[in-house]
Amino acid sequence: MIELDGVGRSFTVGRRRTRKTVHAVQDLSFTVRAGEFVGYLGPNGAGKSTTIKMITGILAPTSGRLRVAGLDPTRRRTSLARRIGVVFGQRTTLWWDLPLRDSFELVRHLYKVDQIDFRRRLSELTELLDLADFLATPVRQLSLGQRMRGDLTAALLHDPAVLVLDEPTIGLDVVSKAAMRDFLRRLNAERGTTVLLTTHDLGDIEKLCRRVMLIDHGSLAFDGTLDDLRATAPEEDSIEDVVARLYTGWSPALPAEG
Amino acid sequence: MVRTYLLLAWTWLRAAAQYRAQLAMMTLGSFAVNVLDVAAILVIFRHTESLAGFGLAEVMFLYGTAELAFATSDMLFGNVTRLSEQIRTGGFDTMLIRPASAFVQMAVDRFGVQRLGRVTQAVVVLAIALPQLDVPWSRAWMIPLMILCGIVIFTSIFTLGGALQFLLTDAPEVANAFTYGGSALTQYPLSVYGAELVRGVTFVVPLAFVNWQPALFVLDRDAPRGPPHWYSPPAPGAAPAAPPFAALAWRAGVRRYRSTGS
Amino acid sequence: MRIAGYGFRRHSVYRAAALAGAFTNTVFGILRAYVLIALWQARPGLAGYDVADAVTFCFLSQACIGPMQVFGGLGLSGRVRTGDVAIDLVRPASLQMWSLADDLGRAAYLFLLRSLPPVALGAALFGIVLPDAPATWLFFTVSFVLAVIVSFGWRYLVALSACWVIDDRGVQALSLVLTLFFSGMTLPLHLFPGWLGVLADALPWSAMVQVPADVYLGKRDAWEALGFQAAWAAALLLLGALATRAARRKVVIQGG
Repeated sequence: MIELDGVGRSFTVGRRRTRKTVHAVQDLSFTVRAGEFVGYLGPNGAGKSTTIKMITGILAPTSGRLRVAGLDPTRRRTSLARRIGVVFGQRTTLWWDLPLRDSFELVRHLYKVDQIDFRRRLSELTELLDLADFLATPVRQLSLGQRMRGDLTAALLHDPAVLVLDEPTIGLDVVSKAAMRDFLRRLNAERGTTVLLTTHDLGDIEKLCRRVMLIDHGSLAFDGTLDDLRATAPEEDSIEDVVARLYTGWSPALPAEG
Repeated sequence: MVRTYLLLAWTWLRAAAQYRAQLAMMTLGSFAVNVLDVAAILVIFRHTESLAGFGLAEVMFLYGTAELAFATSDMLFGNVTRLSEQIRTGGFDTMLIRPASAFVQMAVDRFGVQRLGRVTQAVVVLAIALPQLDVPWSRAWMIPLMILCGIVIFTSIFTLGGALQFLLTDAPEVANAFTYGGSALTQYPLSVYGAELVRGVTFVVPLAFVNWQPALFVLDRDAPRGPPHWYSPPAPGAAPAAPPFAALAWRAGVRRYRSTGS
Repeated sequence: MRIAGYGFRRHSVYRAAALAGAFTNTVFGILRAYVLIALWQARPGLAGYDVADAVTFCFLSQACIGPMQVFGGLGLSGRVRTGDVAIDLVRPASLQMWSLADDLGRAAYLFLLRSLPPVALGAALFGIVLPDAPATWLFFTVSFVLAVIVSFGWRYLVALSACWVIDDRGVQALSLVLTLFFSGMTLPLHLFPGWLGVLADALPWSAMVQVPADVYLGKRDAWEALGFQAAWAAALLLLGALATRAARRKVVIQGG
C-alpha cells in the first residue's frame, strides 16, 4: 500500500551567505502492505512529519520513488486523496466556524460520496465514536477529544483504504485515548484499513501496532515487531527506555563520557 | 470543478442561514463601508461640474460598473487573496489532502452573501446613473458585456494576488495594492491619472478594460489621451487573455509550495 | 518608556508586513493624489488649499495609516476576543497605560517604515510642500504624537467594547467607516459642505489625520490645534479608564 524506495527530501534554509542544505529525510525505504497497522516513531525533527507530508502529497520528495495505493502522490494528488484519510493531531481538518455536521456535508461534497453511503457511514461512525451529542456544535466549541473524534470521522467518511494519523492522541485524556485506540484497532481488524500512525505515546504503539518503524536524523533506525524492539535493549525495563536508547544511544547505566 | 464549487457554496450558505441576524448585519456593514466611496464622489461634485472632463452621472456610471464587477468577483473568488493566512494556519495543507482543486477550495472557503451588500450598492448606483445618461441601444449592449469582462479581469487579478502570496507569505498586503488598488483606480475616469499610469493599466495590468475603454464606447466619448474609442469593441478581447496567465501563475505557485514546503 | 521600546522591537519583527503596507499606502497615495489634482485643477484654491497643498495632504494622510492604524487594529482586540484580557485586567499595572506605551512603540516603528516611503515617493513624483519655519516642524511632531494618542484612545474603546458586545465585527466595521470618513482619509474635511463640515471639525477623528496635516501645511493655528487634540486625547483616555474599570468589574464578578 505504501512504498518508499530511496526517498529523500532536502531543504535549503537561510539566506544568501548562511544558506545551507538540510536533509530532513535521506534514502528512506520501507513498504507497508495492505491491512498492516504500523507505528512510526522518532524524536522531534527526525523527519516524521516530512515523511507524512510526502505520503499525503503535500510535499514532493527530492529524490527516490514513492507510491501510495499504487499512485504517485506528487502527480496524482487528487486521485490519491480519494483513497486515503488523514488525521492531524495538532490541527483540525474540519471547518472551524461551522457545526460538525456541516463539516461532514462539505467533506461529502468534496469526496463525492454517494448520499446513501454517506448516511450509512455517518450513522455508523456517529455510533462508534459517540458523536450524537455534539453534531450540531460548532467545531471551535468542541473539546479536544470531541474534535479528534470529528477529525477521525471526516477522514473515514469516504471509506479510504489507507488511514494516516499524525500524532492523533496528543493532549487527550486517558479515557479519550483508550476510546480512540479501541476504535482504531477495530477499524484495522474488521475493515482491513491499512493504518500508519505516528506518535510520541508509546502506549499507542504497545496497544495497537504489530510493526514499528523508527526514524532518526532522516533515516530508518529500526523496522520490526514490538518484540524485536524490546530485544534491542533487553536490559531496559520500560519500552520508553528502549526507544530512548535507539534515539540517541543514551543509557542511564553508563557514566557520562569526558 | 464548477459542480464542486456550487455544492460547497450551497453548504456554506445553508450553514450561514442559521445566523440570520449576523448575516444581515454584515451585509449592511459592507453596504455602508462602500457608501463612503459614493459619498466622496458626491462631495467632489458639490465643488465642480466636471472632473477631468466627466460629469457626475458619467463618473457614477464608471464607479457603478467597476464596483459591480469587483464586488461580484470578490464574492465569488475574493477569498483566494487570503492564501497567506491559510498557509500560516496550516489550512492550505489540509486543502491539499482533499480530492479537489486547491483553487476551488480557496475560492469557496467561507462563501457568504455578505458581500452582496457591496453588489447591491453598485446596482443601485447604476440604476440611478444610467437613466441620466440616455444611452442608445446601439451602445447599451456593451454594458452587460463590460461588466462580465470586468469580473473576468478582477478574478484574474485576485488569482494573481493569491499566487503572489506563495512567494510573499509574510507580506500578503502587497496583493491588496493590486486588487483593492485596481478597484479604487477604476472608480474614476482614467483621464484623471497620469499618462504613464494609464499606459500601465492598458498594456500591463488590463484594468483599463474593466470599465474605461468600454465606457468610452458606451458614452460615445473620446479618451482625452490615448487610443481612440474605435479601439474599444476589441477591448473585451483583453479579458480572455488574463485568466490563462493568472491560472499559470497559480499553478506555478502551488507547484512551488509543494516542492519547497514553505 | 521601557514598554514603548519593547513595543517598538516587538513590531519590528514584522518588517515584511510593514514594507508591504508601505507599498500599498504608496500606491493608494498616488491614485488619490491624481483625483485630488483633477479636482483642484477644476477649482483652484478650493478650501484654502492649492494643488500642492492638496497633494501634500494626500501623502500625509497616507503616512498616517500605519501609526494611527486608520484601518483599525489594536493587539488588545484579539485578546478580548479570546478572553485572555481577563489576565491583563487583574494585573496591578494599568492596562490602558500599558497598551498606550506599546502602541506608541508600534507607531514609532511604523512611522519609519510605513509613513516615510509614501511621503518620499509622493515628493519625488509630484512634489510636496515643505514648511519653512522650524517651529512648524516642532508643532507638527507634537501634533502627530497627539494624533496617535487620540487614535489609540478611540481604538482602545472599540477594543474594550468587545467585552460587552458578543460579535465585535459590527463595532469594528462601524469604527472603520467613522474613522475613514471623519478623519480626512477619504477627502479633506474642508470639502465637507455645511453642517457636515462643522460636525467633522468637532469630532475626535479629525484630530487623527486632518489636524496634524493642517498644522504641517500651516493652515491652522498651531496652539489651537494642539489644544483641540489634547482635549480629545484626554477625553478618550478618561473614557477608556472608566471602561477599563467597568471591564475589570465584569471579569472579577462575572468571570466573563
